[in-house]
Amino acid sequence: MELLESFWATYSTLVLSVGTNVLLALSIYLTLACGLLTVGNAAFMGIGAYTAALFTLKTSTPFVFALLLGALLPALVALAIGRPTLRLSGVYLAMATLAFGEIVRILILNAENLTGGALGLNAIPQLTDAFEVALAIAITLYILLRLAASRIGLIMAAICQDETATDLMGLNVPAYKLFVFVLGAAIAGLAGGLNAHFTFFISPNEYGFERGVEILAMGVLGGAGSPWGAVIGAVLITLLPEILRGLGHYRPLINGVILIVIIIYSPRGIWDLLRSLRWSARARAAN
Amino acid sequence: MLTLSSISKNFAGLQVLHEVSLAVPERGIFGLIGPNGAGKTTVFNLITGLLMPTAGTIEFFGQRLDGMAPHRVTRSGIARTFQNIRVFKEMTLLENVLVAMGDRARFSMLGVLLPLLAYRDAERRERQAACELLSRVGLLDKANFFAGTLSYGEQRRLEIARALATQPKLLLLDEPAAGMNSVEKQQLMDEIVKLGNANLSILIIDHDMRFIMGLCEQIAVLNFGRLIARGTPDEIRADPGVIEAYLGRDHAPEPVIQP
Amino acid sequence: MLAQQIVNAISLGGVYALFALGFTLVFGVLNVVNLAHGAIFMLGAYAALQTVLQLRLPLLASVFVAMLITGAAGWLVDYLIFAPLRARKAPHLAPLIATIGLAIVLTSLVEGYFGPANLRFPLEVLPVETLSIGAARITWLEVRIIFLAFLLMGVLLWGLKKTRVGCALRALAESPKAAALLGVDVEGLFRVTSMIAAVLGGVAGVLIALYTNAVFPHMGQSMLHKGIAVVILGGMGDIRGALLGGFFLGFAEVFSVAYIGSTMRDAVAFGLLFAILLLRPQGLFGKAAQRRA
Repeated sequence: MELLESFWATYSTLVLSVGTNVLLALSIYLTLACGLLTVGNAAFMGIGAYTAALFTLKTSTPFVFALLLGALLPALVALAIGRPTLRLSGVYLAMATLAFGEIVRILILNAENLTGGALGLNAIPQLTDAFEVALAIAITLYILLRLAASRIGLIMAAICQDETATDLMGLNVPAYKLFVFVLGAAIAGLAGGLNAHFTFFISPNEYGFERGVEILAMGVLGGAGSPWGAVIGAVLITLLPEILRGLGHYRPLINGVILIVIIIYSPRGIWDLLRSLRWSARARAAN
Repeated sequence: MLTLSSISKNFAGLQVLHEVSLAVPERGIFGLIGPNGAGKTTVFNLITGLLMPTAGTIEFFGQRLDGMAPHRVTRSGIARTFQNIRVFKEMTLLENVLVAMGDRARFSMLGVLLPLLAYRDAERRERQAACELLSRVGLLDKANFFAGTLSYGEQRRLEIARALATQPKLLLLDEPAAGMNSVEKQQLMDEIVKLGNANLSILIIDHDMRFIMGLCEQIAVLNFGRLIARGTPDEIRADPGVIEAYLGRDHAPEPVIQP
Repeated sequence: MLAQQIVNAISLGGVYALFALGFTLVFGVLNVVNLAHGAIFMLGAYAALQTVLQLRLPLLASVFVAMLITGAAGWLVDYLIFAPLRARKAPHLAPLIATIGLAIVLTSLVEGYFGPANLRFPLEVLPVETLSIGAARITWLEVRIIFLAFLLMGVLLWGLKKTRVGCALRALAESPKAAALLGVDVEGLFRVTSMIAAVLGGVAGVLIALYTNAVFPHMGQSMLHKGIAVVILGGMGDIRGALLGGFFLGFAEVFSVAYIGSTMRDAVAFGLLFAILLLRPQGLFGKAAQRRA
């Protein structure tokens, strides 16, 4: 027991970070699985973080409700901008969501009375514990795994391969894309709310380009094949800099390198790499 | 059943279709032919909602189709296959057909989240129906193969199975015989005849004259975006306008020295 | 006052256009969205600054050094990232994602080496004399900025129209396969294009650094967003569009700061970007339009 307690004392932030990163990776996995490259999840995370934090700081809302509101607001924003934005394809969608992320950051920066502007929000109650994070991950994974295994998962894979053909089979593709976009935003917002309540302090820069790259790196590393890929991607990206002897400061650099290397050499992510390694091992064993 | 009234379409100045009017009744097999670039695939794209007509209307069982989103068009009973095959290569045949059966099981989010018995029954029934469709086109033995591993002719058949999965009243086939050898074409013709007997209206675009003439009861001919002839295969064969469109007029000059 | 604003708008717009030209060139010819263009812009600024600080060379020389360094960077980007992706027939969005990674790598490296603080050019180096044209007072610095921006753009446009390389580039932009069949060295030209685009971006970086007298690692980020706005406004892959879009944004920013206030200045670019993406994604002159009934 004592070992566990001292482990927790040193590493709790890291473990909780892994947890929220898993949620973030799952939020982008969902849209990647549909073939949508959206780079705005950092912004949704920020909206969720500020919403939840403001509710716990300024009102006496119970933590769980604050978290739910932190998931709801980004979902509503995603709903509002989703319909027109998702009509865009490929590079245009990526750029629009990139710009969206910047717009949110600027708005948060300028809404000083509410958000504290550049100075951020301080003294957020430390309400997040391993239990909440684990529960959030369990629920999200369950939903995503069920979706992936269901007809909806099949339809999403179809949309990824050929949107027009899918549409012509009587499936309302815009509605599916919107659903996935909104759900991803909600998950990212939930992660933001959880994250805010163990980091004590949040500022607009937390949810800018570097965060966006980290989320993207996790998603790309994990690949769009399965939610488990996202989990692996998140764990690796969160832990790698720490394991490699205090390279924690170079986190953005490492994320960038991972992104480049993975995209060039294993674009389907690490899940695919593992699968092909297993196959070639099996083939060699058979010979 | 399907009526195109004075349909025109131009793309930034290029007039692709010019006041085409066509009527397809409720049962039977019909052909749409014409030289390359005549606008045949454009007609299909207009019917299925991928394009909007510049002028004119399209009606299906009295309902206006022009301007409808493609998935709504399919839901109202029109399915199509593509000239360049668009099966989902990285999914199995069974999965391809299941996607086409789409939302129809009317499964709810709740059913997805909790493996309820009712949902599982519906899923099982749909799989059976999908297998039946695959056996109808002779592909049941490959149900769990990835669609990308199929031959060209087999992929075409898969496309047809997929189109049938949407339970259409009108089936649009865009160059279904393209890339097939004569044996495969004959098999396809037999299958299409069987489909035509089964309470389905079929509209086919193709280049192969024997294929079209052998299958269709009525044929419409497009040339440069205009409808130039309409009638039975025999009438079309004899129509001078059609002959000219395909073969050109006899412009050979008189020989200078009489033989 | 108005004349003053107009001059400001022209200089700012000129630099925006220069940056956007590089960005749109890469999209037009390589068919790639290079989101590391902002990082290269930033490299140009640092290169010039360090030349002045460490090597004590005059300003003009520092511009040349910046051009050399960013040109090399552009060559490397194609060699290390775009070429392997082409060889692997990578999916359409792969280069975009890879350049996001590259942008952050470059930014982190610079931040690690030079620190995150705002660096400045030593004041002795910056020309302070001003010039009066009618009611406007412009600094010699602004004059040089405008001159250099226009010179480079002019050279580029002349090059595209009149030289063989320029012609080959335009052919490549239309159809790589056809160009290859005509004997054009496609890979070599891709590399050259990446270099030229990087040089344009790098010079834009130097000019902005001089204009605002601020050099910091994240300066490429906001410039990139503005570049995206300009290129989408003018149409992706369209040279005219990048030019007009750049000036349009310059004017829009200067006049909105003058009449609305400076806090929302960056928001102007984004507001425009969002509006254009939603209303007319192909921009004013763009090539790739949306497929939707």
